[in-house]
Amino acid sequence: MARLSIPKTYKLYIGGKFPRSESGYTFEVTTPKGEFLANAAKASRKDARDAVTAARAAQGGFAGLTAYNRGQILYRIAEVLEGRRDQFVEEIRASEGVSAQAANKQVDAAIDTWVWYSGFADKYAQVAGNGNPVAGPYFNISTPEPTGVVVALAPAGKSGESLLGLSAVLAPILTSGNTAIVLAHPTQPLSAISFAEVLATSDVPGGVVNILTGDPAPLMPWLASHADVNALDLAGGSEGDWVTWQSDAADTLKRVLAPSVGIPARSVERIVAFTELKTVWHTKALG
Amino acid sequence: MGFLDYAPAPESTSVLNLQKEYGLFIGGEFVDGHGSAFATVSPSTEEVIATVAEATEADVDKAIAAARKAYDKTWSRMSGSERGKYLFRIARILQERARELAVAETLDNGKPIRETRDVDIPLVAAWFFYYAGWADKLEYAGAGPNPKALGVAAQIIPWNFPLLMLAWKIAPALAAGNTVVLKPAETTPLTALLFAEICQQADLPAGVVNIVTGAGATGAALVAHPDINKVAFTGSTPVGRNIAQTLAGSSTKVTLELGGKGANIIFDDAAIDQAIEGVVSGIFFNQGHVCCAGSRLLVQENIHDDVVSRLQRRLSTLRLGDPLDKNTDIGAVNSKAQLARITELANSGDEEGAHRWSAACEIPARGFWFPPTVFTDVQTSHRIAREEIFGPVLSVMTFRTPDEAVAKANNTPYGLSAGIWTEKASRMLAIADKLRAGVIWANTFNKFDPASPFGGYKESGYGREGGRHGLFPYLESSDWTKGGR
Repeated sequence: MARLSIPKTYKLYIGGKFPRSESGYTFEVTTPKGEFLANAAKASRKDARDAVTAARAAQGGFAGLTAYNRGQILYRIAEVLEGRRDQFVEEIRASEGVSAQAANKQVDAAIDTWVWYSGFADKYAQVAGNGNPVAGPYFNISTPEPTGVVVALAPAGKSGESLLGLSAVLAPILTSGNTAIVLAHPTQPLSAISFAEVLATSDVPGGVVNILTGDPAPLMPWLASHADVNALDLAGGSEGDWVTWQSDAADTLKRVLAPSVGIPARSVERIVAFTELKTVWHTKALG
Repeated sequence: MGFLDYAPAPESTSVLNLQKEYGLFIGGEFVDGHGSAFATVSPSTEEVIATVAEATEADVDKAIAAARKAYDKTWSRMSGSERGKYLFRIARILQERARELAVAETLDNGKPIRETRDVDIPLVAAWFFYYAGWADKLEYAGAGPNPKALGVAAQIIPWNFPLLMLAWKIAPALAAGNTVVLKPAETTPLTALLFAEICQQADLPAGVVNIVTGAGATGAALVAHPDINKVAFTGSTPVGRNIAQTLAGSSTKVTLELGGKGANIIFDDAAIDQAIEGVVSGIFFNQGHVCCAGSRLLVQENIHDDVVSRLQRRLSTLRLGDPLDKNTDIGAVNSKAQLARITELANSGDEEGAHRWSAACEIPARGFWFPPTVFTDVQTSHRIAREEIFGPVLSVMTFRTPDEAVAKANNTPYGLSAGIWTEKASRMLAIADKLRAGVIWANTFNKFDPASPFGGYKESGYGREGGRHGLFPYLESSDWTKGGR
């Protein structure tokens, strides 16, 4: 008799833990053909608020690490992802309905994205900062630093590349030391939750990344107007009510990145979009 | 006469050659506006200086059309080096007419001639010189490969540094290859109109710079216009919010430089007399009409009494009065409305239990004035510790440890500026790291330079003005903005 398999319960990822939704609701995740794959947690407003609290609590510590250390943490994500690639390939094939080759290609691209951004952690400030030759006896330097807590909508490309979409928005947010609340792609949440297992078993401190699954529409107005959120990355928001969310964000003058066409390319600009430039003047004198 | 009394030394206004009435500057010409003309008043005498046109929606539309035409037909086709030469020319004329501009600014704004002559106008010329040099070097700015202008920029500036704010807006926009429509504040339009004359004098192609005067309705028409590519606003946080809401979902780029409630932190090892000078320049420079003012003084508890008494002694030597007098330190508050707001907020300080001390100075019979004022026993919950007063009012609080100083300094929705006074460099750098503010002055305050980026965190807005970073709001790189795969 064949052994009975053990299906996984897909839960949320908040503050380094895997809770079910506070609401008790779940939703069905299916293949493109509509066959049942799993029940995933449907995050509530309370879950979203808990995620903001966890992200805020983790932010100072994560930003306070050395840039070298943060680069190593991001590189470690790539290492652990590589080790679990079969799990992701299988999930992607089932939920996105693509070939093994396409699934492998996506996992490759996601891993390479983490490697690319990890190498920027201790360099982007040299690219984006500046020593300024002011007309006076002052030492003057501008340095970028993380804006704080960022809410991101993970995109998926036309063929539903959910792992790559998640990595392409999350990695640049973390590179400078922000913490994040990521809303997984609404119909492709499985690799996001499996990715949380990668985070939990690598060196990323709890609360640095918080992943919510479910429908973003009821959560976003709350997150967009939440006073403890500094920025929104609406990359995956093109099908949602993103203009309203951007307008909601104006009340607390959040930094907002508008939806992207497809999956955003790697760029230092995406890192800098979630930073603030600080300029420090200091007097120079011999005595 | 006591040793602090000086004979009057007013700067002559004979250098001015003002018109009685000013129109709008559109397409290189002064034209009539179609709204109801309004007077611009000298805040120190309440006398009318000139009558200024109000731009209606139709006038704004014409100005934007002129800017678009100039962008399409002239400015975007011109080489960077030729564009730069126009900016150099403007910078030189600004220097040549510096005294005239300083007098006009002081007359219209109420700030002391000492400030307009020594700070505002020299920085205006410096700003144009700095950005003139960028016009043919944009590929080195770090804005991505192949940087391009955006098109037409709508710019709205406040009344606290009228011509300087114009320079912060127009110089980088033009250097990057954009054309502009700028609206000065309704209480201080004069130097912007003189700048329009300078554009004519420099033979700047018609329509590259357009100036429309008016109040909030004119600004709203500008921001809501469909044919602009960029909005740059300096002013209050509530108006900044409205602009961000108006432009949600649009492809128009926005930069906002808004309010602040800057903390000036004095540690017990600081050079106290230097720190006192810095505190004075931090909050009493320009009558405190400065978004980056150090309006919250955080003093280490053990030196509180000493700092407050030295501060009061120093403030007692400041001279308040005729802004055109070369000896004046504190000029007039810019408008009746602003004076009412300062008065109301200061009164809330009394009501909430803080202790008010004001320098004993004679208040002139006419005009709008507020004496340098210090509140002690201020709690972090008091309105005078939380709200931007935009006047010569300082709120003093204490701290014991560096951590407490940082926590109190960051306890505000704003994040524009902060000051640190300590002789210990390692502590200064550690505190500077932890402060959530865009500009930090260590053992100095309120210094500005065209090479130095300026702008805020959090609800103080977004985007930077100054330095190569000040070009980014006016440029896009085709390779970067597309994103996607």
